Amino acid sequence: MSALATRPGGDRPAGAAGPAEPHPIEARGLVKRYGELTAVDHVDLTVEAGSVYGYLGPNGAGKTTSLRMLLGLIRPDEGRATLFGRDPLEEGAAALDGVAGFVEAPRFYPYLSGRRNLELMAALDGGDAADRIDDALETVGLAGRDGDKVKGYSHGMKQRLGIGAALLRDPRLLLLDEPTTGLDPAGMRDMRELVRRLAADGITVLLSSHLMGEVEELCDRVAIVRSGRVIYEGALDALLRSTGQRYRLRTTDDERAWDVCSYRPDLGELTRTRDGLTFAADEPEVAQLSLALARAGVGVVALVPATASLEELFFRFTEGEEAIA
Amino acid sequence: MKTAAAPARTPADAAPLPQAPAAGASSRPVAARGDRPRIGAIYRWELLKLRAQKRTYLGLGGALIVPIVFLVALEAQGSGPDEVPFGRYVTQTGLAVPPVLLLFSSIWLFPLIVALVAGDVVANEDGNGTLKTILTRSADRHQIFVAKLLASFSYAIVALLLFAGCGLLLGGLRYGFDPLTSLSGTEIATGRGLLLLGAALLAYLVPLLAIASIALLLSTVTRNSAAAVVGALMFSLILQIVGVISGLDAVRPYLLSTQFDAWQGLLREPIDWDPIVRSLWVCALYGIPSLVAALLSFMRRDVTGG
Repeated sequence: MSALATRPGGDRPAGAAGPAEPHPIEARGLVKRYGELTAVDHVDLTVEAGSVYGYLGPNGAGKTTSLRMLLGLIRPDEGRATLFGRDPLEEGAAALDGVAGFVEAPRFYPYLSGRRNLELMAALDGGDAADRIDDALETVGLAGRDGDKVKGYSHGMKQRLGIGAALLRDPRLLLLDEPTTGLDPAGMRDMRELVRRLAADGITVLLSSHLMGEVEELCDRVAIVRSGRVIYEGALDALLRSTGQRYRLRTTDDERAWDVCSYRPDLGELTRTRDGLTFAADEPEVAQLSLALARAGVGVVALVPATASLEELFFRFTEGEEAIA
Repeated sequence: MKTAAAPARTPADAAPLPQAPAAGASSRPVAARGDRPRIGAIYRWELLKLRAQKRTYLGLGGALIVPIVFLVALEAQGSGPDEVPFGRYVTQTGLAVPPVLLLFSSIWLFPLIVALVAGDVVANEDGNGTLKTILTRSADRHQIFVAKLLASFSYAIVALLLFAGCGLLLGGLRYGFDPLTSLSGTEIATGRGLLLLGAALLAYLVPLLAIASIALLLSTVTRNSAAAVVGALMFSLILQIVGVISGLDAVRPYLLSTQFDAWQGLLREPIDWDPIVRSLWVCALYGIPSLVAALLSFMRRDVTGG
């Protein structure tokens, strides 16, 4: 409850959870240094129940180190993290009740079969975890290969076994570190579908990723990290809205099109790319532009909304940092 | 401490996030989880892991093959090694075979066999990257550590039993189970001889478990299986070298390597308890601080691998 009080702008919708229910993840001022390098630099995170939270940043931004601190695998130099209000460094494994996931690639005993590995995990979970092994194998699509030694598993199968092992814990909070890394396109699609399904079941998810598209597709809230620092934190749609919509334009005569665009005051961020122009504008302005181009005798080959907006946004946030560094 | 997300930019209209239906998640109780895992179950799994690894059979195989090689060499040579205690009687009764084997194996064979597993039991998890896997379940770190400790000790006991049992059985089949001549020159009846041999194995186990404890410490601290195995073996060998330096007679009774001979007190008449008692507390002085240091290291260490 004290955690709630310290939360800036407590805008949690009433009724989402009981007032005494602590957040699934609450981290304050997490710092981890390795010698000169500050891997995680005063990170604050609040993940609310039911959300799919994207933890977005390039490789080496300190995402994995943050996740390890959340799970109590490593000790922060400063700050503290709690899961459902419990600190793993104080309460040990009991603080991980209802929490599951993996950091970096999930790792198993290569000399044991997939099923044996899950049986071992269930023994370490206690309770009725062993009863969920069949369901977990079924959910992640490994039911037919569970007798093979993990040594012979592909990367994608290990990744799915990682999710399966997490499901044995019947989690209410799932921490997934780059779950689609190293998967082929079909594997990535399956993995995202699985995450979406789990989230739909009401599991809170913290998803670390370096893929903007993935976060855009799955998450409703996002923290962007770079060099160990959170440089943006907020709702995903608010973030996307704040950027305005961008369009790509290809014409029969880009020179004249550029001139036409330059004269229009409601059209911003006009830039020239290898194969045309890009700009930011709202829909009425885009309609007006197409008419103006026609009047000027410029044929429109393509006028399409630009996707991957989060990616652009990410670079906008980080380019400034680059200049300072 | 500065406030964390200071440089964070937030869109002007930081709207309340669209809440996904949270009902399913938050209506489940927090605390109502099943039984916590017990050390017994974790220990069982540590044994199963040992059973599935080749390294384990390397040690156990060595413990079986060495007595066989010894007996074959004895047959070829025709007489026992005169220069060691019981060596003369080894072709007269199978009961003399295990004591001679114990004498030979204390130099490096058994420290190696024990270190092979105890030095690997934590470092192997680092190597596989599985430490993070098992430490994000519901078992506490101390439970995992105790289970690994018990598994290492169990393995040492099994290896020693196989070693002495194989020597006794094959030696007895070849040379008979005749009474044993004690170190004091008296005759010990077969029944009492077997009992004393069992007691001797227990006494031999004490320094062995101290070596296992040191190997476990090295395994925890170095995070490297080879370094831990070699380190524990080197430690044992260096103490033996210290033991043969003539100017250092005063420290010899307190070296770990010396305790490997304590069991001989049992095969004297009357039984000489002094070396046994000393072995107990000397080995405790080596082993218990190692275990405490290993536990503290395991409890506090950052799990970064994998």
